[in-house]
Amino acid sequence: MKKHLLLCVLLLTASLPHQAVGQTGGELRFVLHADPKTFNPLLVEDDPAETVRYLTGGVLIRVNRLTQEATPELATHWKISKDGTAITFDLRPGVRFSDGTPFSSDDVAYTIKQLMDPAMHSPTGDAFRSGEGQVQVKTPTADRVEISFPAPIAGLEKLFDQVAMMSAKSPQKEMAVLGPYYVAENKAGSYLLLKRDPYYWKHDAAGRQLPYVDSVRLDILQNQDTEILRLLRGEIHFVNSLNPEYFDKVASENPGMAKDAGVSLDSEQMWFNQVAKAPIPEYKKQWFRSTNFRRAISESINRQDLARVAFRGYAHPAIGPVSPANKFWFNAQLQAHPFDQKSAMHRLNQDGFQLKDGTLRDRENHEVEFSIITNAGNKYRERMAAMMQQDLAGIGIKLNVVPLDFPSLIQRITQNFNYEACLLGLLNNDLDPNSQMNVWLSSAENHQWNPSQKTPETAWEAQIDKLMREQASTLDENQRKKYYDQVQQIAWDEEPFIYLVNRDALTAVSPTVQNVHPAVLRPQVYWNIEQLSLAQQVAEKH
Amino acid sequence: MKRIGKHLLKLLLTLMVGGFLAATLVRLAPGFGTDEEQLDTRLNSTSLESLNKDLSPKENLATFYVHYAARLLRGDLGMSRTLDRPVRELIAERLPETMKSVVLGLALGWLMGLSLAVVTVMMRSVATDGLFTFLCGVLLCIPAAVWALLFVLARAPERFILALIVLPKIYSYSRNLLTRSAGLPHVLTAYAKGLSRGRIVAWHVFPTAAPQLLALFGVSVSIALATAVPVEALCDLPGIGQLAWKAALGRDLYLLTTLSVLVTAITLVANSGCELLGSMFRAREA
Amino acid sequence: MKWLRAAAIGFLLIVAGASLGANFVAPAGYAHQFREEPDAEPSRQHLLGTDDLGRDRFSRVLYGTRVSLLLAPAAAFLSTLLALLIGGAAGFVGGRFERVVMAATDLFLSLPWLFLLLTVRALLPLNVSAITSVGITFALLGCLGWAGAARVICADARGMRQADFVLLARASGTTGTRLLLRQLVPNLWPIVLAQFWISIPVFILTEANLGMLGLGVTEPLPSWGSLLRELQSYPAISSQPWLFVPLIVFVVVVGSFHFLLRTEELPA
Repeated sequence: MKKHLLLCVLLLTASLPHQAVGQTGGELRFVLHADPKTFNPLLVEDDPAETVRYLTGGVLIRVNRLTQEATPELATHWKISKDGTAITFDLRPGVRFSDGTPFSSDDVAYTIKQLMDPAMHSPTGDAFRSGEGQVQVKTPTADRVEISFPAPIAGLEKLFDQVAMMSAKSPQKEMAVLGPYYVAENKAGSYLLLKRDPYYWKHDAAGRQLPYVDSVRLDILQNQDTEILRLLRGEIHFVNSLNPEYFDKVASENPGMAKDAGVSLDSEQMWFNQVAKAPIPEYKKQWFRSTNFRRAISESINRQDLARVAFRGYAHPAIGPVSPANKFWFNAQLQAHPFDQKSAMHRLNQDGFQLKDGTLRDRENHEVEFSIITNAGNKYRERMAAMMQQDLAGIGIKLNVVPLDFPSLIQRITQNFNYEACLLGLLNNDLDPNSQMNVWLSSAENHQWNPSQKTPETAWEAQIDKLMREQASTLDENQRKKYYDQVQQIAWDEEPFIYLVNRDALTAVSPTVQNVHPAVLRPQVYWNIEQLSLAQQVAEKH
Repeated sequence: MKRIGKHLLKLLLTLMVGGFLAATLVRLAPGFGTDEEQLDTRLNSTSLESLNKDLSPKENLATFYVHYAARLLRGDLGMSRTLDRPVRELIAERLPETMKSVVLGLALGWLMGLSLAVVTVMMRSVATDGLFTFLCGVLLCIPAAVWALLFVLARAPERFILALIVLPKIYSYSRNLLTRSAGLPHVLTAYAKGLSRGRIVAWHVFPTAAPQLLALFGVSVSIALATAVPVEALCDLPGIGQLAWKAALGRDLYLLTTLSVLVTAITLVANSGCELLGSMFRAREA
Repeated sequence: MKWLRAAAIGFLLIVAGASLGANFVAPAGYAHQFREEPDAEPSRQHLLGTDDLGRDRFSRVLYGTRVSLLLAPAAAFLSTLLALLIGGAAGFVGGRFERVVMAATDLFLSLPWLFLLLTVRALLPLNVSAITSVGITFALLGCLGWAGAARVICADARGMRQADFVLLARASGTTGTRLLLRQLVPNLWPIVLAQFWISIPVFILTEANLGMLGLGVTEPLPSWGSLLRELQSYPAISSQPWLFVPLIVFVVVVGSFHFLLRTEELPA
């Protein structure tokens, strides 16, 4: 059954547009907003390092960013055991690292060993930690490797998309890579130059070695205005992620360049502080713990306006923890909470709140006033907060917007819990709900509204804990979906997170770049980097 | 020799106090000991615990500073937590970049600012005075970010932005100082005796205002260094200003302490040098 | 020159009057969002168009002027006063006192005061009013912005210590504070006024920059700093040239302050 499935996947990927043949040569240029913090693919945490990893790293399995399906890369086949605790890979023969060192199962074993080393604290590795016990790796032949985990891991295969193989033998260590490019020059603070890997294994339909483009230059630029100007002048070839204003600007100057791939996986949400020991007044804690209060706030916020005004129409009202862009996992039964201030007042009245002289007061006659913190300098969040301020004023609530610099904000939400409400976003790179375990489990540190609970403080949190654990230990995807749909329903009902909008994936690409098919998953533009090519005259100039 | 030794000791003491105060400000600021990584939902509780342990300060402020000072004397400036590189390497890489900008900015700022002030005093015209004042007012009011944008649009070298920010301050102070000097009795006497304007300004107006102008020069070095931070951050110039901004956002204690000591050293040297020259001028005038 | 000063006074009175009377003059509240008209062009309903949330920009300029015109000069006055007292005293007394004060001034110029601002913000209650928060920011800027001018004032005062008029005053029995205030301070006006004039726009722009770290004025209260932040975007300035109007008003107000305060006339 699995073999037939694999065949279908292979046929499907063979027919996709990204197999088009392109011109060779040239240098592709785009921008990184900071220096990568590391070149070790197992320790990647920041965006620039992730970009370098994607461009240089070879993985066993790649998640196709358009279809969201797992496709073979360095592994030609894989098989997951019935109990979900082991995976066996058949490796592609004749593959070499960028320095000529042969790739074999020993390298996979070495990489996995490094990945699972507790001293590494690899964020990628944590996704593979399923339970107590060691991960075992067997290498029966040079082209076959068997990895066994102490407990089943649901969605195992797609996790390997993040694991770039490292060489066990090469003297260049992590700089010897299996991807389409390798790091040739690194001028800190200025640029990174990647050159084509001479040993790259992929070829196009005509038999030509990929990638088409000879080199990739990544300029280090923090200023987005400069980035856009350089794009419009033709000095760089694309911008992987654009803000709405820049998107409109690019679209007005060159309509063909601006590309909206549709709603992304990312969301903007707010939550109330429900931590028992938080240094805020008790009466406010009572408000925040009330489902009616949270639902009322949610119904008082005009999400359509947020999407239309704050994001210039390049966003959609959010429904729940999963964006509709996540085709499989999104619970299609759910709708966005309506903007209905009458219903909101009704809920508040049920909890004893009353509107007196235009001000909402609770049972004990406290004025309903609270603050919302967000990260300063993010103009979209500051806009949303200002709009929510006006919306909530409509039901007599005074909202104080408090932008804070990011370290101060992190300290408040993770250490001293000295805040009332928080507005932040979630950048979602992973489709599988397992990546959200550390958010939904009540004992987890990233259970933002009330982290690290010894036992779940509410029945619905206990229910979410149960469902998340069940979906994590089930291999049947449809059964997992049923569990996770229930989690989404509870999240929708209880609104510990008030989901506001899902942003669109906005990119801009120069018409000189060919074979571009922007996706909503990162990296939106260059996910098929080896297939991208530059128009003939541009390639010849270089 | 004894005097020089005493002077150097005072300098060193001031630097150490400056470093300690800077470390105190950073250490006690909110957000110290945090990192964006703490919000990474992929990390499990063990990894987070380990991360929190790494981020939490391992020694109190006094102990940190004693160790820091001891390492400083050995030439070890510590490791930057945010950039994961030795601080010494980062500063060695980036300081020349900032020095180029600062020297160019100061040179142009002073040349233009002082020239405008001299022209104002020499021409003694209300229209000229008004025009230059208005121009400097415009320059003072334009935010650094707007300058950065305008320069990028015009494809002009961003290093000149510093000059445009420093210029109005130089002009304002020097215009007032030179105008006051130009109103002194001995200058009026020189005018009455028929000396040329240029000669009067060069030999009578300037020397009177020289000590204050020299003090202003010393201060302008600090202004230029402080201005370098937003300019480099906005224009993506890889200098110590950009480094300071990144370090501030990341609460990078070692990097910020070292940068503060460096800036204090430059400020002290500049101001002390200008004071010395000023006292020489005064002695000569006397 | 007199007509220039008169014009400056007139302009400042108009601006101050309009901002104080904003409740009557402004066509809309500074917080009201006309959500159907974000980034609208200037029109009869919105003289300077609307901002990104549909708020009337003309109203926001009026109300923002109130905040900045009150707080920035107050902060400038504070920093100038501190510079005069500290620099003047150090220069006049001289000796070890001067050396210690100037060393402290140099330290003051070099320290990363941003962290003090962040610490103070962290100590304030979260629900503090926007005006209180920005008032505290300006007060701190005033307390921190004296060091540069103090150095120049000190050099100036040092030069006057042995001046003839000071010796004459001492000879006639004037000592201490009276000597400082009656003889020294009037001669320090050129530096003092330059410092005051420069500080106003510097503090307003600093407030704008500090907004990036949450230390400026908070929503929905406008200030010149927040209005000038609208200019810090290429798409905005390339398609909405009317965004420069608040900058023009700012420049003219700052210029007017200069002509108002000018006492040092060019020698005839």
